Amino acid sequence: MSKEKILEKGFLLIAFSSIGILALIAFFIFEQGVPLIWKVGPGSFLLGERWFPSRGSFGIFPMIVGSFWVTLGALIVGVPLGVACAVFLCELTPPAVSTVFRPTIQLLAAIPSVIYGFWGLIVLVPLIRIHLGGPGLSVLAGSLVLGIMILPTIISISEDALRALPRTFKEGALSLGATHWQTIWRVLLPAARSGIVASVILGMGRAIGETMAMIMILGNAVQMPHSILSSARTLTTNIGIEMGYATGDHRQALFATGVVLFFIIMGLNTLAMFVSGKRRT
Amino acid sequence: MPDKAKIILEHLSFYYGPVMALKEVNLQIRPRQIFAILGPARSGKTTLLKSMNRLTDLIFGTSHTGHIFIDDREIYDSQISLPELRRRVGMVFDLPTPLPLSIFENVAYGPRLKGMTQKQPLEEIVEKSLRSAVLWEEIKDRLSSSALRLSGGQQQRLCIARVLALEPEVIMLDEPCSGLDPISTASIERSLTELKEKYTIILVPHNIQQASRVADRVGFFLSGELVEEGSSYQIFTRPRDKRTEDYISGKFG
Amino acid sequence: MIISRHTTQRLAKGVIWVAAFSTLAVMIWILLQVLVEGVPLLNFKFFLDSPRQMGRTGGIFSTIIGTLALTAVAIVIATPLGVGTAVFLREYTRESRVSRMIRFGTDCLAGVPSIIFGLFGFVFFVIFLRMGWSILSGGLTLATMILPTIICTAEEAIKAIPHSYREVSFALGGTRWQTVARAILPNALPGIFTGVLLGVGRSVGETAAIILTAGSSLLMPTSLFSPIRTMSVHFYILAREGISMEMAYATGAALILLILVINTLANWLLWRYVRRVGG
Repeated sequence: MSKEKILEKGFLLIAFSSIGILALIAFFIFEQGVPLIWKVGPGSFLLGERWFPSRGSFGIFPMIVGSFWVTLGALIVGVPLGVACAVFLCELTPPAVSTVFRPTIQLLAAIPSVIYGFWGLIVLVPLIRIHLGGPGLSVLAGSLVLGIMILPTIISISEDALRALPRTFKEGALSLGATHWQTIWRVLLPAARSGIVASVILGMGRAIGETMAMIMILGNAVQMPHSILSSARTLTTNIGIEMGYATGDHRQALFATGVVLFFIIMGLNTLAMFVSGKRRT
Repeated sequence: MPDKAKIILEHLSFYYGPVMALKEVNLQIRPRQIFAILGPARSGKTTLLKSMNRLTDLIFGTSHTGHIFIDDREIYDSQISLPELRRRVGMVFDLPTPLPLSIFENVAYGPRLKGMTQKQPLEEIVEKSLRSAVLWEEIKDRLSSSALRLSGGQQQRLCIARVLALEPEVIMLDEPCSGLDPISTASIERSLTELKEKYTIILVPHNIQQASRVADRVGFFLSGELVEEGSSYQIFTRPRDKRTEDYISGKFG
Repeated sequence: MIISRHTTQRLAKGVIWVAAFSTLAVMIWILLQVLVEGVPLLNFKFFLDSPRQMGRTGGIFSTIIGTLALTAVAIVIATPLGVGTAVFLREYTRESRVSRMIRFGTDCLAGVPSIIFGLFGFVFFVIFLRMGWSILSGGLTLATMILPTIICTAEEAIKAIPHSYREVSFALGGTRWQTVARAILPNALPGIFTGVLLGVGRSVGETAAIILTAGSSLLMPTSLFSPIRTMSVHFYILAREGISMEMAYATGAALILLILVINTLANWLLWRYVRRVGG
C-alpha cells in the first residue's frame, strides 16, 4: 500500500478517536452501573428515597430532586441575567465595548468551579445563614452560584443568536415607528428564540454536570430538600463525595448514578443540537 | 510539416454534477505554440484548463465523457500519477497566489515536492526559472524576503517561475494579467513569447487584444462549446462562424 | 394607568443596565475575593517550597509540578489526536455520514460532565489498565476531556487557510499529504496552538476528574505512575477541610493568575492570528 494510502487510513483511524472514547466511556460506566440498577430494580433505584449504602439502600430520588431544584434555581437566576447581558452587549453598547467584553466573558468561563464554590462558601453561605436562616449551605446558595457559573454560556450563545439576525429585522421595526425597546422585546428576542433556547439547554447541561462547587456549598445532607434553605445533594455531588471510599455495591451504585447522569446529559445535548441546528463546542 | 499534436481532446464533455460545462469538445493543440482560448465569461475556459491537469479532481461531483490525450496517453487513465501529470502540465491562475514563504521557497516549492533537497541544484533551478520568467534581475538580492511583499505583476511572474521550476512540457495560464498594470502585462506577454520556443502554451487571454498580440492559434468557446478554431490571423480577419465574428467585433463579451 | 412606550423603554433599559453591571460586579467580586487576600501571600518561597503538615504550612511546589505534569501528558496525547481528526475532517473527506458521525461524537464528548470523566478514568485507567492513581491516569483522562476543544480549534484554523494554497500546492505536483504537511499545517499552527492553550487552561482548572484518577498525594512525583495533587485539587481540599484559610487563599490566587495568563495569551493569539489571516 502506498504511503499516501497508509496516511489516509491513519487519519481515518485517528478521526474516530472521539467516537471511540465516547463508546469506551459509555461501555465502562454502563458495565459498572447497570448490573446494580437491575439488582436493586430500576423503580426503587430511581424513585427510592433512602440512600443508606452501608445498609444496602440505594434510592437516588433525593439526589434527583436536589439536582432538579438546584438546576431550576440556576436557570431562574442565570437565564434572565444572561439574556439581559446579551441584549446589553448587542443592542445597548457600541460594538467596541462588545469586542472587549467577549474575551472577558470567555476568561470568566475559564475560572475553575472550585473558585466559584469557594466564593459561595466564604461569602454567600454565611450571608444566607445570617439573614435567612438555615445552615446556609443550601439549595439557594447552590442555585445562585450555579446561576452565575452558567452566565458565560448563556450570554455568549444568546449574543451570537442576536447578532446573527438580519439587520432588516431591526431596521424594519424601527422604521415602522417602534421604539428601540419594543424592537428588542417584540421582534429581535422572539426571532433569536431558537438560539436563546439552545443556550438555555446548554446552560442546563452545564448546571446538572457541575460537581465541585456544589460539594462545597450544598451541605450534602442526604435528604429530600423541603425548602430552598435546606441542604441537599445532587447526582454529581453524591458521586464526588462518596467515590473516595466506596467499595463493592456502593461503588457500583455510584456508577449507576453516573449512568443516569449520562442519559440526562446526552438527552439534553441532542435536544440542544436539534434546537439550534448547528455545532457548538 | 506541422508538429504532431501535443494535446488531443476527443468528444470531451465535462460536468459539474448535472450541469454541463463543456460540450463535445474536439481540439488538437500543437507544441511550441501559444494557443489562446477566447470566449465570454462562463463559457468553460477555466474548466477546460483545469481538466487538462486534472485539478478538477479536487472538486467534488465532477465527471466527464470523452478523452484527453497528452503525448498519446489518456490522462484519465487510472495508472497515471496525478502529481507527475501536474508537473508536466503546469498552471498559472488568474490571481497571483504566492505562498506565504520567501521568494526562493516559493519557486523551490515544486522541486522540493519532487524530492530535490540539496542546496546547489535548488539554487540553480530557482535562478534559471526566475530568469525565464523575467523576474531575476528585479529580485535577485532579496530572494529570502517574503513573496507577499512583491507587487502584483512581480507576484504573477513569480507564479510563472514556480511552474517553470518543474520543467513542465505544457504551461497553462488562466487570465494571468487580470488586475495588472500595462507594463507588467507587457513584460508577461514578452516572457510568453520567449517561452513558447520551449513549451506548449495555453492561454486564456484577458481580452481579445491580448490574444491578437501573442497567440498563434485561437479557439473560440461559447457556453462550453468549441465554436471555431484556427490560426490567429484567420480568426481575427476572416472568422467562419457568425458567433465568432460577433464576439470579435465586440457585439457581446 | 397606561405607561407610555417611552417610559417602558427607559425602565426596561434601566433594568438591563443594572443587570449587566451587577453581573460584572459579581464576577469581579468573586475574583477579587480570592485575589485580594491571596496575592499578598504569594512569594517565591511559596512557589518553591513543598507543602508541609498536609498543607498547613510550606508552599505548593509539588502541586505545581503535579499540575505541569498532568497538563503535559494531556497535551501530548490530545494534540496529535485532535489535529489529526481536524485534518481528516477538512482535508481527507467531504461532508458525509462518516464526518457527521465524527462531529456528533465530538460534540457529545464535549458535553460530558467532568465527574463522568472521573468515573471513566477511574474504572478504565486506574483499575482496568492497572495504572493506579497516577500522573498517567490523570493525564490520559484529561486528554479525553480536552480533545473536543483541540479538534474544534484546529478545524477552525485549517478552515481559515485560503483555498488557493491548496490549489497551488496540488497544481505544483503535491500529493495530499505533502499539501497538508507543507501548505496547510504550518499556516494553521497559530490557531492550533491557541486550541492547545485553551486545553491547558481547562486542564489547570479541572478538579473532579483529577481527584478520582490522579489521587491527592502531596509528595513529589517520582515517575509517571506516581500519584500527585494539582493546584486546583489542593485548593479544594484546603478550603473544604478547613486546613488553612491562608494557604487556600494563596493557592487560589496562584490558580486564578495562572488561568488568567493562559487565557489572555490564548485570546491575544486568537485576535492576532485572526487579524493576520483576514488582512
